[in-house]
Amino acid sequence: MKLLTHNMLTSHVKGVTKGYPLLIKATEVKVNEVDFNPKFVCRMIPKLEWSALVQAADQLGHREDLPGELVPDYEKNEDFLRKVHRVLLEVEVIEGCLQCPESGREFPISRGIPNMLLNEDEA
Amino acid sequence: MAASGSKSCLQYLFHLAHDHLDFRLPEIKALLALRLKPFHPCGNFKEQSPFWCLDCLSEEDVCTVMARSVCAKSAFELWGRGRTHSELRTSLLNYPPDKMSPYMQKGSSYRINVYTFNKTLLFEDRIKKIDAMDYLPFEGNVSLKNPQHIFCLLEDYGTDPNNIPEHPNYIYFGRWIADGQRELIRSYSVKNRHFIGNTSMDAGLSFIMANHAMAKDSDLVFDPFVGTGSLLVACSHFGAYVCGTDIDYNTIHGKGRSSRKNQKWRGPDENIRANLRQYGKEDMYVDVMVSDASKPVWRNAALFDAIITDPPYGIRESTRRTGSHKDTIKSPDGLYAESHVPVSQAYHLSDIFTDLLSFSAHHLVLGGRLVYWLPVHRPEYCEEMVPLHPCLLLISNCEQTLSSHTSRRLITMEKIKEPEELDSLAHLSDPRFIPYQGHNAFRERYFSGLNKRSGKDDTKSDVSGK
Repeated sequence: MKLLTHNMLTSHVKGVTKGYPLLIKATEVKVNEVDFNPKFVCRMIPKLEWSALVQAADQLGHREDLPGELVPDYEKNEDFLRKVHRVLLEVEVIEGCLQCPESGREFPISRGIPNMLLNEDEA
Repeated sequence: MAASGSKSCLQYLFHLAHDHLDFRLPEIKALLALRLKPFHPCGNFKEQSPFWCLDCLSEEDVCTVMARSVCAKSAFELWGRGRTHSELRTSLLNYPPDKMSPYMQKGSSYRINVYTFNKTLLFEDRIKKIDAMDYLPFEGNVSLKNPQHIFCLLEDYGTDPNNIPEHPNYIYFGRWIADGQRELIRSYSVKNRHFIGNTSMDAGLSFIMANHAMAKDSDLVFDPFVGTGSLLVACSHFGAYVCGTDIDYNTIHGKGRSSRKNQKWRGPDENIRANLRQYGKEDMYVDVMVSDASKPVWRNAALFDAIITDPPYGIRESTRRTGSHKDTIKSPDGLYAESHVPVSQAYHLSDIFTDLLSFSAHHLVLGGRLVYWLPVHRPEYCEEMVPLHPCLLLISNCEQTLSSHTSRRLITMEKIKEPEELDSLAHLSDPRFIPYQGHNAFRERYFSGLNKRSGKDDTKSDVSGK
């Protein structure tokens, strides 16, 4: 699971009102190199919940010097875009789980793939 | 009619493959829309004809359309046309010489092809037709192998193979500009795909869907019933980043029985990511997840540029979602065992489409497109059965026949406004969903015809029925 995906996911457990962001409990994290595409990063930034991204990167120990606030004029700041690119697309949780911040429900991640299925009484 | 010199723009001739006829016009329109160009036919335009003349385009527009189209075979700068060879001659001689001469100069090399639709000509007859074009002032040298410029004489003998006229109904002459991407149908064939399933979408239709969806460079595309990812493969080819979900754990993880003949189990690394890697597009892979399309896991925001999917209809893949009518047995401490698999229950087709449209209204960006297949029982079909949503504009609706009584329709919609609270209830009073009420309603209709027929017509559905 990439952090881009994590940034878009929310808990869908029945009755939960504050299900975002999901907490990440990782036991294996990998960094896979992906071609840098500044256009894609620029298009994704307005869709991101910035603080959730920074928090997630921090939890995985891959925040490095990603600023806590979105920088102005990021379109022209290649250095910054590369950092965002790395966090969004290159850092991947291979094993671990996602946890709903309100209900505590855990969603396992195995071989890089989250399993978001709810049990019949949770939906 | 000659391309008159007074017109500021040239005319272009599109030669379309005589295949998936319904899907061609929406594809070309979508590809032109990507360049913000209108579809402007000239002459007497017939959608079913393999030849379309288009106006108001530049050569660059035509090249970019051809760089994506799987419905078009080639495109030409139209120099002349007519119902007879003498009309063609008049038309060609009226074409502005200054537009021709750059391609006919001394020292250049060229070749003339003859293409006939719905008729096969003898080699000698082709040569005769080329020789008859000697009124054109070609000054270059003929080079069959490696010409700088290729010209084509195209003759249209109609579309009825049982009634081929002696003389063509229409003749065109033009300078070849570019070929379409028919080659992708072969190079992306599911036969050579690393990871496939029972209902993997064939390559041609996958690319047509990606084109209808206008999936493009740096888009984010989502498939809520991703299966083995055929649609994502097509979108990634056009530079879109892709993600998907499926309720089937085994499919997403590439486990279980193989869909291939002579192979019992899926091998290691048979998964969607490996499929993208096979075509050099692993960088476009975002994620896939095990998830139930009826209970979306995405936060409420316009995240996706396109949603493109082939939902299960209950024929070859069951329609399922999590949940149960029964009281489930839990251990006394209220926890499920690690190995617990959530019970799945029927997912009514009407609910699949309601959920899909509502999800798209919420999660597409403005102007983003939803492209999906709607199964149809042909005797009952009417246009009113196509589900609507106040935030989604119906762009196209193309039929692919599966058997004598069933077909599926490729529906393309575009998000035109952000949903308001009222919109979420809009479908409830809508009579359109009635045919899809009841879990197996379509399945029952689908198989109803089988008893009466020999089943011969239905062999086709083995390939594409879901």
